Amino acid sequence: MTLMKQFLGAAATLALFTGAAFADPALIYDLGGKFDKSFNEAAYTGAKKWVDETGGSYKELEMQSEAQREQALRRLAESGANPIVMTGFAFGDVLNTVAPDYPDTKFAIIDMVVDQPNVRSVVFTEEQGSFLVGMMAAQASKTGTVGFIGGMDIPLIRKFACGYVQGVKAVNPDAKVIQNMTGTTPSAWNDPVKGSELTKAQISQGADVIYAAAGGTGIGVLQTAADEGILSIGVDSNQNYLHPGKVLTSMLKRVDNAVYEAFKAGDTLETGIHVMDLKAEGVGYALDDDNAALITDEMKATVDAAAAKIIAGEITVHDYMSDNTCPVE
Amino acid sequence: MDYATLLQILDTTVRFATPLLLACLAGLFSERSGIFDIGLEGKMLMAGMASGAVAALSGSVWIGLLAGIGGSVLFSIVHGLASITFRGNQLISGVALNFVASGATVLVAQSLFHQGGRTPPLTGDARFNPVTLPFVDTLREVPLIGPFYAEVISGHSFLVYAAFVAVPLTWWALYRTRFGLRLRAVGENPESVDTAGVSVIRLRYTAVMITGILCGMAGAYMATGLQAGFGKEMTAGRGYIALAALIFAKWRPWYALMATLLFGFFQALALRPDVIEGTFGMAIPVPALDALPYILTVIVLAGFVGRAIPPRAGGQPYVKER
Repeated sequence: MTLMKQFLGAAATLALFTGAAFADPALIYDLGGKFDKSFNEAAYTGAKKWVDETGGSYKELEMQSEAQREQALRRLAESGANPIVMTGFAFGDVLNTVAPDYPDTKFAIIDMVVDQPNVRSVVFTEEQGSFLVGMMAAQASKTGTVGFIGGMDIPLIRKFACGYVQGVKAVNPDAKVIQNMTGTTPSAWNDPVKGSELTKAQISQGADVIYAAAGGTGIGVLQTAADEGILSIGVDSNQNYLHPGKVLTSMLKRVDNAVYEAFKAGDTLETGIHVMDLKAEGVGYALDDDNAALITDEMKATVDAAAAKIIAGEITVHDYMSDNTCPVE
Repeated sequence: MDYATLLQILDTTVRFATPLLLACLAGLFSERSGIFDIGLEGKMLMAGMASGAVAALSGSVWIGLLAGIGGSVLFSIVHGLASITFRGNQLISGVALNFVASGATVLVAQSLFHQGGRTPPLTGDARFNPVTLPFVDTLREVPLIGPFYAEVISGHSFLVYAAFVAVPLTWWALYRTRFGLRLRAVGENPESVDTAGVSVIRLRYTAVMITGILCGMAGAYMATGLQAGFGKEMTAGRGYIALAALIFAKWRPWYALMATLLFGFFQALALRPDVIEGTFGMAIPVPALDALPYILTVIVLAGFVGRAIPPRAGGQPYVKER
């Protein structure tokens, strides 16, 4: 009996030990899907970078429906994955209930603050990045009217919109910004047809630069903007290459860096709120061969000067989510 | 709201209404023959993926359209097998096909192109380009009608005109041909059709095939006409709105045209909150406009605007007496 106990105990210890030694990190993509050419794909890029550097392996999971979230988290936590990184604000509530059940597992959530001792909450200052591309838009616009097309109408997307409007007004206080949201349900992230029609509607109102923060819907926005001969601005990942010479720039949200850092830290991941701002190179604007011809030296100088001031704290960009209002329309 | 804005909204209405109209007519054929089809969404998705993929590979949108129709008809055959030959539950078969389409389209597109379940962006002849109708420039000067002709009627892709032509064709086929009479009869009382010596099975398969063809056109229009490629779940529930339109239209072709144009108009209006505020003097929330088609359908179903009576034999597999 005692022998048996000892044996079992040893086996259990061994199992635990191997579990800890081979704890692969895990990554859960939100409903937009792994290859959305935007937010989730950036997370994938970060994970891939980690794999290329370390030769390690990781588990990944794509959400197919709202109902799967809790089950997916628990399944991964029980399989010994550590840390578990998830993309998207929608995991917030679920993680808040799941995290205390697995105190030895580290979690990282992107775009949401979850106040648990074993959770790292990665937040980006999207308003700062959007501010910069807003300045670009205002300078590139000939009509003085620019557009914003958001995906699902949630505070996070309003944060993009608010930063963008502030950037536009900083360059041209008289500029008009037309704002549209695609919808109020998750299907608003995957409706390129509606994105196209919103683009056409905004063009008819005079917009000649349109910023899309709308996941898969944004593909339709960028396509129609290119077809109709106006400029568009991509989001999250660098989308300049989708229509070279037609996409003014992209607001970069370095989700890849966030995932890479979390994976690299492994189970020693620091918890708490982790802010990826302009200073930490968490956000920015994209400049590459595809849009080099569109961005004049003057535009670049103005935007870079503003970026330096934001980092130095001389310009404060209002964060919509801090009080759910925007000072400018 | 000035005339130019109205024209722009109507132009959008036509583009929004076309996939709805094609899918609605598709559902009409199927349901009139007694086969409920809630798999319109899945067929459109499948057609969108197939047309986008084949157009990208072949460089020709016409081959893409054929492939789209093929993909959709394939789903129709499965639905027919399940619900006609094997007498399964038509609703369950439809739901299952929707789920299969949602997953399979992304899977196939991903394994073909490795672009995250999208098909590559189409250019040139691989897309349906706008068709400019004759006399646009000469008629443009005519007040009211000229701009309407140039902005709203002209400048759409081929499939839009095909969809509008499909309405009178459907009406003619349904009410003026022997096939139509039998099709309507098989949806109301299949025994009588069988007694007359006409095959119920063959009639229903024919109807389901036509459904596949029309859904294929709807999906191909979205992927190669409105967009330049297929994207995950890009139909965004339009198959269900088409079903709502079908009920709203009381299973009649001309009413289907009106219903889909009306629903398209609501969707187009929802894009312009500024116009709504300017016209009505108050802001109507966009979700309210999005929900309007469904609200209207419920009102019709509740019997406030005439009565919507579905084909009597709908949903029941036909069993010959033994």
